[in-house]
Amino acid sequence: MPLHTQYYDEMFGHGEEVRPPYANYHDWVNAENLPRLKKKSSEAENYFHSTGITFNVYGNEDATERLIPFDIVPRILSSAEWSLLVRGIKQRVRAINAFIYDIYHRQEILRSGRIPVSLISRNKAFVPQMIGFDPPGGVYTHIVGIDIVRTGENEFMVLEDNARTPSGVSYMLENRETMMQLFPELFSRNHVRRVSDYPKNLRISLEACAPPACTGPPVVVILTPGIHNSAYFEHSFLADQMGVELVEGSDLKVTDGRIGMRTTRGLFPIDVLYRRVDDDFLDPLTFNPDSLLGTPGIMDVYRSGGITLANAPGTGISDDKSVYSYMPEIIEFYTGEKALLENVPTWRCSEADALVYVLDHLDELVVKEVHGSGGYGMLVGPTASKKDLKSFSAKLKKYPENYIAQPTLALSTVPVLTRAGLAPRHVDLRPFVQVSPNGISICPGGLTRVALKKSSLVVNSSQGGGTKDTWVLA
Amino acid sequence: MTRLLGKTAGGLFWMFRLLERSENTARLLDAGFRIALTRSDAAQDEWNSILTTTGTQDIYFRNHERVDGKLVINFLLRDKTNPSSVLSTIEAARNNARAVRASLTREVWEATNIAWITLQEALSKPVRERELPAVLNAIRKHSSLVRGTMHGTMIRNDIFDFSRIGSFLERADNTARILDVKYYVLLPTASYMGSSLDNVQWETILSSVSAVRSYRWVHEGKISAPSIAHFLILDTRMPRSLAFCYGKIEDNLGYLTRDYGICYESHRMVNSISRSLNIDSIDVVFENGLHEFLSNFLGQNTALGMQIEEDFRFYE
Repeated sequence: MPLHTQYYDEMFGHGEEVRPPYANYHDWVNAENLPRLKKKSSEAENYFHSTGITFNVYGNEDATERLIPFDIVPRILSSAEWSLLVRGIKQRVRAINAFIYDIYHRQEILRSGRIPVSLISRNKAFVPQMIGFDPPGGVYTHIVGIDIVRTGENEFMVLEDNARTPSGVSYMLENRETMMQLFPELFSRNHVRRVSDYPKNLRISLEACAPPACTGPPVVVILTPGIHNSAYFEHSFLADQMGVELVEGSDLKVTDGRIGMRTTRGLFPIDVLYRRVDDDFLDPLTFNPDSLLGTPGIMDVYRSGGITLANAPGTGISDDKSVYSYMPEIIEFYTGEKALLENVPTWRCSEADALVYVLDHLDELVVKEVHGSGGYGMLVGPTASKKDLKSFSAKLKKYPENYIAQPTLALSTVPVLTRAGLAPRHVDLRPFVQVSPNGISICPGGLTRVALKKSSLVVNSSQGGGTKDTWVLA
Repeated sequence: MTRLLGKTAGGLFWMFRLLERSENTARLLDAGFRIALTRSDAAQDEWNSILTTTGTQDIYFRNHERVDGKLVINFLLRDKTNPSSVLSTIEAARNNARAVRASLTREVWEATNIAWITLQEALSKPVRERELPAVLNAIRKHSSLVRGTMHGTMIRNDIFDFSRIGSFLERADNTARILDVKYYVLLPTASYMGSSLDNVQWETILSSVSAVRSYRWVHEGKISAPSIAHFLILDTRMPRSLAFCYGKIEDNLGYLTRDYGICYESHRMVNSISRSLNIDSIDVVFENGLHEFLSNFLGQNTALGMQIEEDFRFYE
């Protein structure tokens, strides 16, 4: 198969040798023929259609539901590679929780001068109501998604931390389900670690964070912004898989210092709210007064121990892109260890020297908004037009503190099925992490996003990316 | 026992009402189409009475000047301005299913979703006469699939109860409407007329509730107005009769009452309606007036639906 040897390919490395984790799959795929693979690929699409795994597209009158393209070639990690990631991610997530605790308590890290005060004082994600408050079980980020990119053999880097309401876990689960339907024979040939326990484990881990007011078995529910939200499928899928109710703000009401949900038999108190809404839409009394989505008074109930919110409000201070650039310092400060997983080198445009460098090398760099997500508002220097470069450079000069810049990474590739056969495409990886008082656990797998356009480095589904099943071998 | 959101109970109730409605509309169309093919002189009246039965006359005449088979068919199958069209109801049912996804088994959800995907595709363009039987078959088949997955996979708890109550309230409403629109051909005096037109009307009534065959089994081919009325109102073996539907609603409301440990007003209402259907002879119904009986029933059926919505806090 043709190969961009300049990039590290996870099936072939830089050369023609098949790497060991893929050996078994490679034998199998070589014995297959293209028409059959294509047929399987379209079966996969039908499967996704009938299970309704869709996301809603905004700004569309019909609120069209679309499928995220699925590629049938799995992304495979060896057990050793996975252990490496697990150690690094656990360290990072432990540091993130310690950091958030510190920021809402003594702010030792600011006092020590290891990170600038402005990083927090100007941060919109800072929630003053969290100051001095200890969340139930001491957990801030019950669910974290850490975005990992790879550039070579054992070269993994963290691209982004998602400590608010990371999404995509339903794709991890459904991609696996689909693969098992399509290619059962592959799973008897390869010892792939199970991901299907994720919902059950998540429920257990959330139950372990029940608030002080909880007396019986903890009642966990998922809060969704509603059926028109782009991730609604995921919310209802998780509720189904976890065996919990899916509620909207309007189904909840503050009653006697607790949050009650409106059931067929009247209000029923709930203990843990896995909320898939942003802080701004949680409580109109505390956050956005114009929001119709929230439950008035929920923050008071939270602060008095009547409910657990997962993730805790205000965790966003740990995952914007300028805080990200300090993660190596943050990890060292709270764990006393060097970060096991590297950061991508990052220029903070708020710093004068960095800005000069970024402006000089704009055509080589990727520039991102500090608070942006989803691949919107970013500039990929090497593929940008002269005009884009010019207008971006003007924006940078005007609002330097809104941007960071990173080198254009030589992201690893994994083969995808194209019309002409297998061809390499760039990927990233989002493993899902659960945090409870009993520890940090990571589901062996994750969401592999893949840029389906040839040589594109942008994997976001909003920008034409797809997903793959991610295998961790036993 | 887990707690069910009032909104979810309402979503289930409506999901199954709407699915039932789309199936009933298809069945009415099937009966109408049969008449149009065999008795063109009676077709016009038949389309009119189908519009009346589905309660969509007003909407129909907003956009159409006259009753025409092709127009009525498409209006009832795929007109989005008609909330009772098959396309509208299947879409609304599927939206409800999405909202209550976590209360459905994977099988029920997928059957519903596939029904929507398939019918949306089949109804994306005007349906021509030659395609109609296949389209009606598809509607029937997909309703059966949803019902089958429901029976085969759902646990018998309050979720199931609300779904069933929705189905049977809608079905009872439908059967009563069909009878009420044609009550005059069922009056005992009509039998004395013995005209061939009445025979056709009787057959149509039976076929619009898919009961031609089962009626024959029970009545050994002897067709008469009172026995049709008896069959569709009082016969507890006939799955679309009023008595059958109310037996089911009574059962499911009874389970809810037992599980929740509360006696609801709706339960009292269903008991009382059931009693009025628990009679041996249809003569009583005719003595008091068939039309009066049916319109009274329709009113009570609607009131029961509203009482259920209130008792179980669907919209609180």
